[in-house]
Amino acid sequence: MRRWTPYWLALPAWLWLAIFLVVPIAAMASVSLTTGNLIDGFTQTFSVSNYTDAIAKYSTQLVRSLVYGGVATVIMLVLGYPVAYWIAFKAGHRKSMFLFLLLLPFFVSFVLRTISWGFLLADDGILFGTLKGWGVLPEDFHVLATTVAVIGGLVYNFLPFMILPIYVALERVDPRVIEASYDLYASRFSTFRRVVLPLSLPGVFAGVLMTFVPATADPINAQVLGGTGNTMIGNIVQTEYLVNNDYPTASAISFTLMAVLLIGIFIYARALGTENVLEAAAR
Amino acid sequence: MPEDVPAIELDGVVKEYLAHGETVQAVKGVSLTIGEGEFFSLLGPSGCGKTTTMRMIAGFEEPTKGLVKLLGQDVTNVPPNKRDINMVFQSYALFPHMNVWENVAFGLRRKKVAEAEIKQRVGDILEIVDLTGREKRRPREMSGGQQQRVALARALVNRPRALLLDEPLGALDLKLRQQMQTELKRIQREVGITFVYVTHDQSEALTMSDRIAVMNDGLVEQLADPREIYERPASKFVAGFIGTSNLLSGTVDAVEGDLLVVRLGEHDRILVPGKAAAGDTVDLTVRPEKITISTEQPEAGLSMVQGTVGELTYLGTYNSYAVALADGTEITVFQQNAIDSSTTAERGDTVWLSWRPQHSYTLS
Repeated sequence: MRRWTPYWLALPAWLWLAIFLVVPIAAMASVSLTTGNLIDGFTQTFSVSNYTDAIAKYSTQLVRSLVYGGVATVIMLVLGYPVAYWIAFKAGHRKSMFLFLLLLPFFVSFVLRTISWGFLLADDGILFGTLKGWGVLPEDFHVLATTVAVIGGLVYNFLPFMILPIYVALERVDPRVIEASYDLYASRFSTFRRVVLPLSLPGVFAGVLMTFVPATADPINAQVLGGTGNTMIGNIVQTEYLVNNDYPTASAISFTLMAVLLIGIFIYARALGTENVLEAAAR
Repeated sequence: MPEDVPAIELDGVVKEYLAHGETVQAVKGVSLTIGEGEFFSLLGPSGCGKTTTMRMIAGFEEPTKGLVKLLGQDVTNVPPNKRDINMVFQSYALFPHMNVWENVAFGLRRKKVAEAEIKQRVGDILEIVDLTGREKRRPREMSGGQQQRVALARALVNRPRALLLDEPLGALDLKLRQQMQTELKRIQREVGITFVYVTHDQSEALTMSDRIAVMNDGLVEQLADPREIYERPASKFVAGFIGTSNLLSGTVDAVEGDLLVVRLGEHDRILVPGKAAAGDTVDLTVRPEKITISTEQPEAGLSMVQGTVGELTYLGTYNSYAVALADGTEITVFQQNAIDSSTTAERGDTVWLSWRPQHSYTLS
């Protein structure tokens, strides 16, 4: 009897996952294979035309989302790694304070933060308005409603999700191992490249996953900070679902995005060598 | 023993730290020379400054004052990656993402040694530490003893001027530790490299070392070979830290040639070599195994004290008696379990303890 206890304890979680994850995904899969409209009703036709049509119609936005998400992820990695490194190795006893500062923005709603960025980047807002007033920037300078603003917003919003896993991985690196590397004639750079970086790769892997996926699918930044030419795939899903009430198309796009991301992650995991990553992580 | 140019030389080395706004001296002025090919131990309790001293030799810490010399050259401000010294860390500090071969080859690769030579040297050293055939293993797939030998090979393969070992056997169980002690000694003889061994384990230091520096509170209390350290401890601290010692304190009654006559109780008469005047108070020490226990008064010319047997402990090869003297001092006596040991005293017996004058020493 006792050996069943763990299963009973896990049951609520399993039920929760089954009801709120598996069922909706199955329902969405079913909807994506229907035809019809809100007024006449939808019928299950198992036709894949929703997919082919959606890809044909929105491939530009899909590719754009992947590019924005990818560029934002690379920028986050470049910005985030040094921050994580600094907190892990140089912050001393103030570590927890810096980690708290990193999480502080989460106390404000994601949407509100993005809207405040809109104010900040506005053509005549406090930042650019003032700089233009001083003559530092030309009158026609603008950032809002550009690619730069959208990617900047993505980087800002998801950066902590890059920093935290890398920090955790770096924090676990034994300082004696780093000393051993210096002791064995490695320079500072060589120690970083041969010892610290490889040992932090599991964190980099997790950080990239945790930022690339939500950044690619995010509709808020493109909506608030982007212009007409910056529409991302998340905005399309939103419009198709909430404005056009075209549930089959919205579902088909969602599934397409999911498939593309999964394939992308799979290739990425293969390239980075999941086995090595997991091995290093499991030590 | 030190050669013409010592392998390592510390000259008035001081290390200060700033802890909570206060300056703390971890090492308070250590000067010593370690000869080429010597097995040298830094022995002391935790917090005595032995690890800090070793880290200054390795280059991980810069001395606040003083000089560190390696083969006559001042390396005080040379970083660890530019010093021809390697270290075996207490926790081994192997690279977890590399296999045994890559771990051992790390130093040679950083020194840009030719690949063919690396292959040769790594193969040779793995043979010396008996790890041939395990090149592809990851550190965490190996036992503590094996990891220990990888750490040793990783350092020795570079043929350093000196090898520093920081409590390298601390994490191993007793049996393996004793086995590795012999092994380390064999490897040191084989490669002929100067070993600087840091430990708090006195038996380990006594077994392996050519010379030992006993450290306490940031200073070297005594620097001598193991026999001398054991037989002639130079201070109260050394006598107490190394093995079991009996510490006695008394007033000098008279001086008879080279010997001081020290009186404790009425019938007691202790003879000890030393320099003092009548009336001075002296501390002296005598090892438990040097003392004879008897029920009859010993012959004149020996040191003798009278006491009452307290605890008697049977320890297999020998018995341990705790004998209380009239003034309350407790003396430990070891008696071999020989076949003819007929002098066995019982608890509560009044006994005589005696020893040869040259087996006791006055302490500073």
